[in-house]
Amino acid sequence: MSKYLQRYSDQERMNHWIVAICFILAALSGLAFFHPALFWLVNLFGGGPWARILHPFIGVAMFGFFLISMLRYWHHNKLDDNDRKWLRQWRDVANNREDMLPEVGRYNGGQKVVFWITVASTITLIVTGVIFWRPYFANLFPIELIRLASLLHAVAAFTLIVSTIVHVYAAIWVKGTLRAMTRGNVSDAWAKKHHSNWHREVTR
Amino acid sequence: MTLQSSLDIQARSATTTPSPSVRSSAAVAKLIDESKCIGCKACQVACQEWNELREEIGNNVGVYDNPSDLSASSWTLMRFAEVEDKDNNLSWLIRKDGCMHCADPGCLKACPAPGAIVQYSNGIVDFKQEACIGCGNCITGCPFNIPRISKKDNKAYKCTLCSDRVAVGLEPACVKTCPTGAITFGSKEDMVSYGEKRTKELQERGYANAGLYNPAGVGGTHVMYVLRHADKTEQYSGLPKDPSISPLVSLWKGAFKPLALLGMGVTALAGFFHYMKVGPNEVEDEKSREEA
Repeated sequence: MSKYLQRYSDQERMNHWIVAICFILAALSGLAFFHPALFWLVNLFGGGPWARILHPFIGVAMFGFFLISMLRYWHHNKLDDNDRKWLRQWRDVANNREDMLPEVGRYNGGQKVVFWITVASTITLIVTGVIFWRPYFANLFPIELIRLASLLHAVAAFTLIVSTIVHVYAAIWVKGTLRAMTRGNVSDAWAKKHHSNWHREVTR
Repeated sequence: MTLQSSLDIQARSATTTPSPSVRSSAAVAKLIDESKCIGCKACQVACQEWNELREEIGNNVGVYDNPSDLSASSWTLMRFAEVEDKDNNLSWLIRKDGCMHCADPGCLKACPAPGAIVQYSNGIVDFKQEACIGCGNCITGCPFNIPRISKKDNKAYKCTLCSDRVAVGLEPACVKTCPTGAITFGSKEDMVSYGEKRTKELQERGYANAGLYNPAGVGGTHVMYVLRHADKTEQYSGLPKDPSISPLVSLWKGAFKPLALLGMGVTALAGFFHYMKVGPNEVEDEKSREEA
């Protein structure tokens, strides 16, 4: 038995980091338009008009690469009763009492919830974003739809940012996780502790 | 439009602190008396002249409207509506369309660029193109469908109420040129009382539903209409009866904005304190394994 188990291929990791970079750029430029206190962020993109020009293209790139991940991980993320039980025991999760939790497969309930929130908000962002993308598409849509899209875009962006903070924090908090995305593998002990069913599957 | 102005600013887009407000100036208003308008379009010409704009030659669209819509270089437009009442009487309703200079401007509320839209203390709402980023949120926020983004420079334009003229004590160009006196300009107070007087005169002449259009939903406007049929404002080429900033825009640019920022901050802080309180989730025997 090898000491490290392969969790993500090179291609999967590169795709993840492309999405991550696009997300950071889209979030920073989007937040600049969202609240006056953050408008200074446009300077990272060469000023207001440039941030406005670049933001949607970054968003489209993010969506495109995200789509690859989404389709690949879709079937890994179906919630079952085991996951619901795991989620109900969130107090044990938060307090590192992992021995009390049901056995976890490739992904735990929290990861699956983050996955679906990410899917829902990313799709909402691309659909609503196109609706008020000026000067190219906004003139094709009625004003009430543009207003609704603008609000939903902000709500979806907020949801995606919050869930990504949770996603990043979980990787920092659960030691040994980050290398799954930086090197592609995780330690045997990590897999046994956090994803025992998956560990059993891949070491069988 | 003007880069500088001697007018004091009372509200500024994407700005959360008060603008300089020790001084205050009297609110101004333009009053458009639809009953006196003959549809000559002199106001359109004067607007183009003063603001040094030229509309592209367009096509006849089968009605008198020319050009067919407001644009980045047509800031005011006569809209002609042929309306038949229930007795088959035809009336030709002509409305000079353009920015209404709302006391509560939806464009300013929606704009994300600091200082790209300002409201002077006299009530004029003005776009500062040099700060405009071309996102079109002003269009999203406007209840009257007024701002237009130029295809040339991707900046938003609209009627300035001739803020450059008003700043030096002149009336707007359209007011100056109107041959029938259908457009008047003065203090908001005077214009309201003149509008009410005109309304009464029209009512005495048989227009029972004549009224002053100064919609409260946007806090009143600094461009007002005297309408012969104030009960049916929609007849005037879709003038909204009771305009207000869309609740979607109010939510997006109102409560949601600070709450969402707070939510993101709290989430990040929750992570920090969770780490400080509970600590990392480590694989206990990983170190010993690695050392082995």
